Amino acid sequence: MKQYVIVGNGVAAAGCIEGIRGVDPNSPITVISEEEHAVYCRPLISYYLEGKTDLDRMQYRPQDFYEKMKCRVMYGRKALHIRHDVQEVEVDDGTRLPYTELCLATGSAPFVPPFSGLDTVAEKYSFMTLDDALALERGIDPTSRVLIVGAGLIGLKCAEGIVERVASVTVCDLADRVLSSILDAECAALMQQHLEQHGITFYLNDSVDRFEGHTAHMKSGARVSFDVLVLAVGVRANTVLLKEIGGEVDRGIVVDERMKTSVPGIYAAGDCAEGLDIALGQKRVLAILPNGYMQGYTAGINMAGGSVVFDKAIPMNSIGFFGLHAMTAGVYEGEVYEEKTETSLKRLFTKDDLLKGFILIGCDERAGIYTSLIREKIPLSSVNFEILKISATTAAFSPEIRSKKFGGVV
Amino acid sequence: MGVEFIYPEFEVIRNEARCITCRVCERQCANEVHSFSEARGMMISDESKCVNCQRCVSLCPTRALKIVKSDCVLRENANWQNDTIREIYKQASSGGVLLSSMGNPKPLPVYWDKILINASQVTNPPIDPLREPMETRVYLGKKPEKIQRTADGNLNCDLPPQIELSMPVMFSAMSYGSISYNAHASLARAASTLGILYNTGEGGLHEDFYRYGSHTIVQVASGRFGVHEDYLEAGAAIEIKMGQGAKPGIGGHLPGAKIVGDVSRTRMIPEGTDAISPAPHHDIYSIEDLRQLVYSLKEATAYQKPVIVKVAAVHNIAAIASGIARSGADIIAIDGFRGGTGAAPTRIRDNVGIPIELALAAVDQRLRDEGIRNNISLVVGGSIRCASDVVKAIALGADACYIATAAVLALGCHLCRTCHTGKCNWGIATQQPDLVKRLNPDIGSERLINLMTAWRHEIMELMGGMGINSIEALRGNRLMLRGVGLNEKELEILGISHAGE
Amino acid sequence: MKRVYVNEAWCLGCHLCEYNCAFANSGLDDMVLALKGRPIYPRIHVEEADKITYAVSCRHCEDPICVKSCIAGALSKEDGVIRIDQEKCVGCFTCVLVCPYGALAPNKDGVMQKCELCLQNTCGEPACVKGCPNKAIVYEERGEAL
Repeated sequence: MKQYVIVGNGVAAAGCIEGIRGVDPNSPITVISEEEHAVYCRPLISYYLEGKTDLDRMQYRPQDFYEKMKCRVMYGRKALHIRHDVQEVEVDDGTRLPYTELCLATGSAPFVPPFSGLDTVAEKYSFMTLDDALALERGIDPTSRVLIVGAGLIGLKCAEGIVERVASVTVCDLADRVLSSILDAECAALMQQHLEQHGITFYLNDSVDRFEGHTAHMKSGARVSFDVLVLAVGVRANTVLLKEIGGEVDRGIVVDERMKTSVPGIYAAGDCAEGLDIALGQKRVLAILPNGYMQGYTAGINMAGGSVVFDKAIPMNSIGFFGLHAMTAGVYEGEVYEEKTETSLKRLFTKDDLLKGFILIGCDERAGIYTSLIREKIPLSSVNFEILKISATTAAFSPEIRSKKFGGVV
Repeated sequence: MGVEFIYPEFEVIRNEARCITCRVCERQCANEVHSFSEARGMMISDESKCVNCQRCVSLCPTRALKIVKSDCVLRENANWQNDTIREIYKQASSGGVLLSSMGNPKPLPVYWDKILINASQVTNPPIDPLREPMETRVYLGKKPEKIQRTADGNLNCDLPPQIELSMPVMFSAMSYGSISYNAHASLARAASTLGILYNTGEGGLHEDFYRYGSHTIVQVASGRFGVHEDYLEAGAAIEIKMGQGAKPGIGGHLPGAKIVGDVSRTRMIPEGTDAISPAPHHDIYSIEDLRQLVYSLKEATAYQKPVIVKVAAVHNIAAIASGIARSGADIIAIDGFRGGTGAAPTRIRDNVGIPIELALAAVDQRLRDEGIRNNISLVVGGSIRCASDVVKAIALGADACYIATAAVLALGCHLCRTCHTGKCNWGIATQQPDLVKRLNPDIGSERLINLMTAWRHEIMELMGGMGINSIEALRGNRLMLRGVGLNEKELEILGISHAGE
Repeated sequence: MKRVYVNEAWCLGCHLCEYNCAFANSGLDDMVLALKGRPIYPRIHVEEADKITYAVSCRHCEDPICVKSCIAGALSKEDGVIRIDQEKCVGCFTCVLVCPYGALAPNKDGVMQKCELCLQNTCGEPACVKGCPNKAIVYEERGEAL
């Protein structure tokens, strides 16, 4: 009988549980959950503030999930250390949990730069967890002027989530554009314009020099008065548990394609892990939800004695603001095919007979067909790319690929 | 416009309250009748292109469409009817021979409808086909005059080659070229499943269909298209086509535009060349010449295949049949003047030939009179429309019937009679790939099998009613028939009594 | 399990499947009332390119990447059928980004929808299959090739 311990209770943990149960229906699983909530998906917190979902519907899995999966969850508890020599996890309530297989699904934590005068701001929030969102919800009212530091995915989703519920939303970022990690300048401009049309103000290429109470003094000299501050500058993988026992850690916990860390018996998955990005061809933290689940699921199967590899990880994002969706995937290198209209933009990047990446704004129909070209590394010479670049259609694939995809005669 | 203008024959009636502008009609009309007007936000139609094939009507999901005959007509005239006048307009405009397709649509007599079938009452009990065995199997080919025994007294079973049919119906000749690959596939598959035969027509046999050879009649016609040794060997029987009911006395012409790809390969002629079948076989000017071809074909196939000679029903049919029976042929097929075609000059189709009922009766009687009826089997075609037509034909003396129009109707044909345009919306009489694919042989063969299965049930019921449990026992049994509304000459030729006699 | 399969050779590109799908999922019993004068949002779509046409709907993959990628836990697989809980869907479009068949698309309200084999409506069998005039869409068992 094995004893599984999972540190963390996010989507990677849920994937891990489902992966384990796919192979091993009975051995005990213990989940150590810092948050007091059953598994939910963190990106939903902005939708919660926006009113598109609620606490009930946010549940990632049905209510009886843990029961059905025969999982014990220790809510509100934190794993302090791993005692690798005796295969135990030390929990902050003094418990020592023995394990045969351990999965670290510890996620990431907000990174807060040392802004001068930050301690003088009374109303300041992070935007990572449900508790953060609930706190922010209590902290705002229709008269609030909100300053969000960080124009990345988290900061902008936060802005979208609250803009209808507050007096104003201002977003600042050191980068010269919004969503700088996934969009180039032109695409970012299109998105920014759309966000501005919905009432969001930007200070880009600028950052806070110092806070004086509820006034931010910007490096450019501008002053922004606010009532509520949201810090969404960035995140860092939670790697300390493995690092302190000498496991290999880079920006995240380094894992192989079976999600094994350098320490035998210990796996890692999700935002805390650093796996191979096949689009880039090197290891990095791909803190996106599908990867989190799939890494967790892969770890779970392998922990339970199955054998599966996850070697299809690519960066990809689908992010929408006020009805305008941006989808991105892969890397932006090679030749560019571009289509532009007033409200949409499509860019496909091709190199070495492969689709390497894309940016689609406002033209998302069947985008997964493009994603599959990147993920499956389908040679463009085997498809009719002239058709495909104009419209994502499997009809542009060769009869052989079509036949395989559609399971028999096509 | 002006004097050239002919008002469209049909009107497309679209129920605007029902039309959901799904544009299925537009996508399905190869004649491009329907289109969507962005400006008006509705479907519009150009009825001048409509041939009334009913494809759009059949596929409209909300039954929003119907096609009706236009009531914009010329002043009534019993002598100069509308169609006659239109034909004159067309010829005055084009200077050409009028072309038509499918069978003669004129209101000429259909003798089947004036013949009634007997049933047993009291003294000779009917048979219930659901409870009693009932035989519909027939064998076509020369039959011996009497039982023969070998020197050691055993029965001589050494018969000339025979065709076995599970029921007395076959699919008659339609060439690959005049009809589509999928139509042929449907016919071949259905014939194989049913245990009957279909006929290649004069288009050769596509290589994909050689596997259905044991249920195939391979045709040799005046153009000799697609004829080679393997082709002759492939079939269960060989048919020499001398004539066709829809166009007796003339040959055939498949335009070069249809001679593409597989059609060209199968016919063994270059792509784009017109396939012209001459009116006569240029090597046949007498029964003796015919005999040479019959025996050439028999020689080529080691006397293993019955040879059929197909002729159109014309005035002298009895004498012609007698000659054929003496030519060495095993089977004579007679095609009546209502038979269909993929294209024929209208005047020929509508005015040449005689009804199959009269031809059949005359031929059967003549062969009997001459004592050579067992020399040859008799197959008749040319508008056999239903099971009772089959039963009447057998009772008049036929061994089996050929059907083609009924078969293409089962495949989806709506008898719009524009096969010659090559734009058959039902995927039958066309070689256009996007249209050909409309006929899925899975569906086509299933419908043909359904039709034949239904007819076989009906034939058995009619036989049972007459107290006959084997179709062979009905052949030539004209006592089972009575005429209604026929004059004495007609009754005499048909060899039947009037009802009440 | 039984799946919807397409046969390119017999697809007429008539698009009836799209209309039958939209009607079957409209909850109405009158096609005209359901579809007339408005755009349709079918859960199956006809792919057309260079004389090829065939219909595509959810393949109900053995290893469904959409389910694994759904940020709301709205997609799930039960008894081989991938279902969507539209109440939970927040319209993030991640499933659109990952589905290699392009089988998910938003309805008129921006909530995702997908083929659920007409199990959730009153059609009884997939409406696209039932209404296909040329048996180009079939519902049958063919083994798990996906």
